[in-house]
Amino acid sequence: MPVDIWLIFLLSFMILGSIVALEIKDILSSIVAIGVVGLAVSTAFLILQAPDLAIVQFLFEIFALIILILAFIRKDYHGLEPARLNRLTAALTALTLVAVFAFSVHVFKSLPEFGRPILGTAGYYLENAGNEIKSANIVSAVVLDYRAYDTLGEVTILFTAILGTLTILRVRKAKKEGGED
Amino acid sequence: MSEKQGLTVIVKTITRAILAVIFLYGFYIILHGHLSPGGGFGGGVVLALGFLSVMLAYGRPTVQKWLNIRVLHSLESSGPLLFLALGLLGLAGGGAFLLNTMGKGRLFDLWSSGFILPLNIIIGVKVGLSLFLAVWALTEWDPEKGDDA
Repeated sequence: MPVDIWLIFLLSFMILGSIVALEIKDILSSIVAIGVVGLAVSTAFLILQAPDLAIVQFLFEIFALIILILAFIRKDYHGLEPARLNRLTAALTALTLVAVFAFSVHVFKSLPEFGRPILGTAGYYLENAGNEIKSANIVSAVVLDYRAYDTLGEVTILFTAILGTLTILRVRKAKKEGGED
Repeated sequence: MSEKQGLTVIVKTITRAILAVIFLYGFYIILHGHLSPGGGFGGGVVLALGFLSVMLAYGRPTVQKWLNIRVLHSLESSGPLLFLALGLLGLAGGGAFLLNTMGKGRLFDLWSSGFILPLNIIIGVKVGLSLFLAVWALTEWDPEKGDDA
């Protein structure tokens, strides 16, 4: 079967999953529906022949689900109130969605053909990564050699994020121990 | 005391049996990052999920006895520093910052592609430990019980 049909199937599955996640009453079922969306993204990456992205997306999805379930496992979060929507907002939302859809169809038609990037650097990487870097996985060669400086930035972002989390949590703990403040 | 904390004995036994396989898979993804799909980020998340499964199955006090959290914090914080040190190695070798000056080896060998393998190991350890420590810090504060956890 061609790739497009699988992709359309997965995308409709994702839209269904997000609608279920929004509309369902129980928050645990809602989190599971979000997980369905993430796993469909992972499968879409696999179908588009990007196993690196698929692995990372799959694992991070599991990780995010565990954090969400840990955060919302307690009873007082269960049972959501349905969001109220008046008619004008609903009409405006629908109109915006249709406009975005029409625009994106136009954009997707002008994208380059699958597997034929416009940029010259991508072709250079594909041709020379094996000989220059001797790395069988070209994604690794790009991420950790040609563009290692970007990866250093990513590692710094992660480092700063963890630092921020720990700082905020420590402040909260200190406040609780200190009593009044 | 470990009988009372965490989940049931079935979950604990399965976690104990499967933990080595989880870590093996994580290290495999990290070490083969330059040969097959995956790499430091993916393998690091597998390691974090391994730690996390122990934490969920056995409870926090058991993990606190098993692991020295302080050492993990230092190990996690030293990740960017090691990355920078490897970058300076390229500068010292007479090239640009983060230039791949290590021996490249042969294509498809485990010892190939210069400093991609060490960088993958650094990133894997860093990602795994920081994700685990983030969840560890988030579960530290339980609104129902207060700060006794």
